[in-house]
Amino acid sequence: MSLEDLYREVILDHYRSPRNKGHLDSPDFRAEGVNPLCGDEITIDLAFDGDQVSQVAISGQGCSISQSSASMMSEAIKGKTKGEIEDLTKRFRDMMSLDGEADIGLDPDRPGAVLGDLESLQGVRKYPVRIKCASLGWNVLLEALDGEPLT
Amino acid sequence: MTDLSHLKADFPVLSNGVHFLDSGASSQKPISVLEAMDDFARTSYANVHRGAYKLSVAATDAYEAARERVASFIGASDSGEVIFTRGATTALNMVAFGWGLEHLGPGDRILTTEIEHHANLVPWQMVAKRTGATLDHVPMTDDFRLDLGAYDEKLGPDVRVVAVTGMSNVLGVMPPIRSISDRAHEIGARVVVDAAQLVPHSPVAVATLGADFVAFSSHKMLGPTGIGVLWGRMEALEEMEPFEGGGEMISDVTLQDATWAAIPHRFEAGTPPIIEAVGLHAAIDYLDSIGMEKVLEHDRELTGIALDRLGDVPGLNIQGPTTLEDRGGVISMTLDGVHAHDLATILDEEGVAVRSGHHCAKPLMRRLGVAATARASFYVYNTEEDVDALVGGLRRAGDLFGVGG
Repeated sequence: MSLEDLYREVILDHYRSPRNKGHLDSPDFRAEGVNPLCGDEITIDLAFDGDQVSQVAISGQGCSISQSSASMMSEAIKGKTKGEIEDLTKRFRDMMSLDGEADIGLDPDRPGAVLGDLESLQGVRKYPVRIKCASLGWNVLLEALDGEPLT
Repeated sequence: MTDLSHLKADFPVLSNGVHFLDSGASSQKPISVLEAMDDFARTSYANVHRGAYKLSVAATDAYEAARERVASFIGASDSGEVIFTRGATTALNMVAFGWGLEHLGPGDRILTTEIEHHANLVPWQMVAKRTGATLDHVPMTDDFRLDLGAYDEKLGPDVRVVAVTGMSNVLGVMPPIRSISDRAHEIGARVVVDAAQLVPHSPVAVATLGADFVAFSSHKMLGPTGIGVLWGRMEALEEMEPFEGGGEMISDVTLQDATWAAIPHRFEAGTPPIIEAVGLHAAIDYLDSIGMEKVLEHDRELTGIALDRLGDVPGLNIQGPTTLEDRGGVISMTLDGVHAHDLATILDEEGVAVRSGHHCAKPLMRRLGVAATARASFYVYNTEEDVDALVGGLRRAGDLFGVGG
């Protein structure tokens, strides 16, 4: 395991140019989370069209792992229903070995085929103290989805 | 150059070659400290001040010898002014609650600083809420020093206590405690110094330092965790109520009331950290065998070398003074485009251990305009090779993240 496996180019790209950055004018759901140990912060705004996520905005500050994970997540959840997002979250957590699973059928010959850019974060698993960085945005996402609608 | 490189062999943890640059958080322990504690636990251990049997007498003698050793190390004329605590944090809380609750009320002001560690800030916030006293803060200048002009302006008859760090755990600066104390005493305020970084790294003589209370921890000065010291001027200690009640700290107890034992035992409720006191004694012996002047000189020389070489790293910002005067061996830094946690991970892969985060000084982080920094801190076992490993790791981090390229 090398640093280049942890800090893959796609991660650094999302870190330098975070997707869906900012706030929504009238989100249906909003949640914010902070990792009190390191101070990383993420706020997520979600808007739904019917039962699908139509818009998502992310803001915050922190390390490359927390911010890139949230950026990739924001791309992955657009157009998805709450149930689909919960399923995606479970697969991400499994990839991170957060719930004891590690093998979610990723195909080394076809990188990105299962979880897209998010697969680039699998190297974080080898750095246990950094897993909480990768999972911060996802915890905030679930909090937003389970919260009271704002509108 | 003050060459202490022969000392590295005394520290078993360092034998794997790690470049340990996090002594500001906690220091490593030399063999002599480990052996002193082991030997004491094997041959002389019992509870103190209680038993009439020989082992207890031997343990009491060792514990009280440690108190004498601390007193001589910090230049206290009376070892009764040395109180053993769980650490600097407990010592500072003892003053905030034991002294503060007795002497503060509405209309009184507590003066702390913008550069404090949470341990000398949060207890005063808690005591301010309980007593109705207000909190005020001495700001930092743009060159990372305490603003002493602003301090003079803030001092007024309503200031009852000044709580200030002896050496910042983030910036490395050492505020002039003597003149700060003298000015506070002119208006009748007590001065509490968080010396958790100062005592391990600099000669300290409490008789001339000027402060009324001085707090520090054993684990940052080559000793074990679980023990620290509150030194107080006797007249100041006499103004303080016990923070904890229990065994050992009483003179007499009825079902309704109790009277206190003499100082210092009044402030040491329960079984104290006995084995740890023996370890701290050995740690002080070790430091004195080097000489604290030499420890300070060594830290400062390494800091000078590091500041010089770090200046050449593209995108690197030193969060603290880049001059050596009134400064200890702590360097906080940020690297443009690379978060402090990423820096710490990359440096770890290079075998360099640094601290990353807010360093329990969140108000100071806000003042610096950063969310977190990476911090390298030096001690007696560090060498120029450790500095070079740090600089090499920072360059690699910059390359990996494309800083300046």
